[in-house]
Amino acid sequence: MDNESTYSGYSYKSSHSRSSRKHRERRDRHRSKTRDGSFRGEKSVVIQAPGESLLDADSPREDDRDDNWGETTTVVTGTSVDSISNEDLTRLSKDLEDSLPLGCRRYISPALGVVLGLISLITPLAFLAIPQLLWRDSLDPCGTPCEGLYISLAFKLLILLFSTWALFLRPARATLPRFFVFRCLLLALVFLFVASYWLFYGVRVLEPRETDYRGIVGYAASLVDALLFIQYLALVLLEVRHLQPAFCLKVVRSTDGVSRFYNVGHLSIQRAAVCVLDQYYSDFPVYNPALLNLPKSILTKKMSAFKVYNLENSTNNSTGQSRAMIAAAARRRDNSHNEYYYEEAEVERKVRKRKARLVVAVEEAFTHIRRHQEEDAATSSPKHPRELMDPREAAQAIFAPMARAMQKYLRATRQQTYHSMESIISHLQFCITHNMTPRAFLERYLAPGPTLQYLDNNRGRQWTLVSEEPVTASLRQGQVFSLRRLDFSLVVTVTPLPFLRLAEEFIDPKSHKFVMKLQSETSV
Amino acid sequence: MSFVPGQPVTAVVQRIEIQKLRQEENLILGFSIGGGIDQDPGQNPFSEDKSDKGIYVTRISSGGPAELAGLRIGDKIMQVNGWDMTMVTHDDARKKLTKKKEDVVRLLVTRKSLEEAIQMMSR
Repeated sequence: MDNESTYSGYSYKSSHSRSSRKHRERRDRHRSKTRDGSFRGEKSVVIQAPGESLLDADSPREDDRDDNWGETTTVVTGTSVDSISNEDLTRLSKDLEDSLPLGCRRYISPALGVVLGLISLITPLAFLAIPQLLWRDSLDPCGTPCEGLYISLAFKLLILLFSTWALFLRPARATLPRFFVFRCLLLALVFLFVASYWLFYGVRVLEPRETDYRGIVGYAASLVDALLFIQYLALVLLEVRHLQPAFCLKVVRSTDGVSRFYNVGHLSIQRAAVCVLDQYYSDFPVYNPALLNLPKSILTKKMSAFKVYNLENSTNNSTGQSRAMIAAAARRRDNSHNEYYYEEAEVERKVRKRKARLVVAVEEAFTHIRRHQEEDAATSSPKHPRELMDPREAAQAIFAPMARAMQKYLRATRQQTYHSMESIISHLQFCITHNMTPRAFLERYLAPGPTLQYLDNNRGRQWTLVSEEPVTASLRQGQVFSLRRLDFSLVVTVTPLPFLRLAEEFIDPKSHKFVMKLQSETSV
Repeated sequence: MSFVPGQPVTAVVQRIEIQKLRQEENLILGFSIGGGIDQDPGQNPFSEDKSDKGIYVTRISSGGPAELAGLRIGDKIMQVNGWDMTMVTHDDARKKLTKKKEDVVRLLVTRKSLEEAIQMMSR
């Protein structure tokens, strides 16, 4: 069960009704607050709901419209007899958090699943073993039918074991802010199921010491069948249902406008967010903050147009003053677009020139080196032994002539922070080892690659899911949510895929006939 | 100048009489025709209505008998010696114009300037 939530900074005064708020509070009591989310090798998605309005729905409604509603409406601040206030909540969650050591929180949910799975696997065997251990003598002898049931039981358990391993025992890739509804549902179902079977077993078999062993074996076999069906249900709910595409998500990065479209199926908002982030790391080019700003020379020209002197000392003239400045600036002929255009053309020319120099330098550098063939050893004379180098040394040897061109190119495209000299040399070594051409070596530097290329995988990535609706709600048309990181965010819009009406039209293969379009001119 | 099926075609026409000129052993008229019901009417540069499949004069050799008789480029030929030219194939039109036994062809041609002149006169 995913019980990591973060209502950090979330004001509990909401505009929802009081009864639903009570339900939420009861549920929230079991949550713990995370402080930092950077776990090893996983993404933690943290919810942070925006501040909601202070008006409670229970505030007295005015029948006649009152213009001074801001002063006369009472606001219920949330401390009443049967609800807990925000301070109590944070105190509770801090206690919970302090009681659990830091590393444990991530493993609670898989541990619970594993325990439940083990119990449900051992239960049929226990059903079979307990009568044998306790009252073996009074059991009815059960010959061939029982043995048949034993065999089927054994194989079904084996299949259950394998499929559980294949489907569910995979390391989690993301921690979601709220409960993963389907998974909780299924765990609850399994628990309920196994518990009710044990109850029935205890009351009907253990107490009266039932002697019909064949019935007991049949009972255990039915439990295994039911577990297989629950696993089928789990497969459908968790893995299959969201495969059929139903919605198209448009993902736009807020800083530079790079956008992509993804098709997903019926998911909740938090699962859709995980889907989007999976694709983000391999589809979106890396975010380069240095490329975004207009050169300062263009922007500051506007500002220095007018110097405004404050002739009067009164403060209430400031709005009039700024308005006058804006109007004056608008009236003045705006030439900054011109400068932007020429500046951009200049930058492009510079980049192209440096790229040409780089390509030539790299091609030349690669000609200095050649893979050593075995038959060369025989033909080369002993007077001029060529020293054999391993890839690292070869890379270092040919790096020198291209280093300057590479550095100038990276500076021109503002990529120098992403590629250190060490990384360039190791990439060069990699390319040499795999017999790549100079173009293949340069592919990494000529175009900004996907973000995944620049990640170091030790740290997890912290993203915040910002949404106006609860994140376990399923996707609907027109929803918008955003995924925020420190310096940029991805805004996701949901549109449903259109319903397709396919019609059929049959074309006879013999109906393809053609005529010439004539246009002749005859002289008479 | 296009036709409406079922309705008679009306046009203002000019009578032009061309004497054929003997050149070696051919009788020539000195112009070229284009169009016909088996041709593509959309490529006719002289027709107003691009679905008009009539016979048009596409070229006139200077100093030839046709020019002397008053035929102009872009004229639509309606009749040749009484034979209708509005619904004929290209080859049929050629044959009607190049009959070896006839020395003279009497054409009825129409052009847009004739229509305009009549309209101006009637006002």
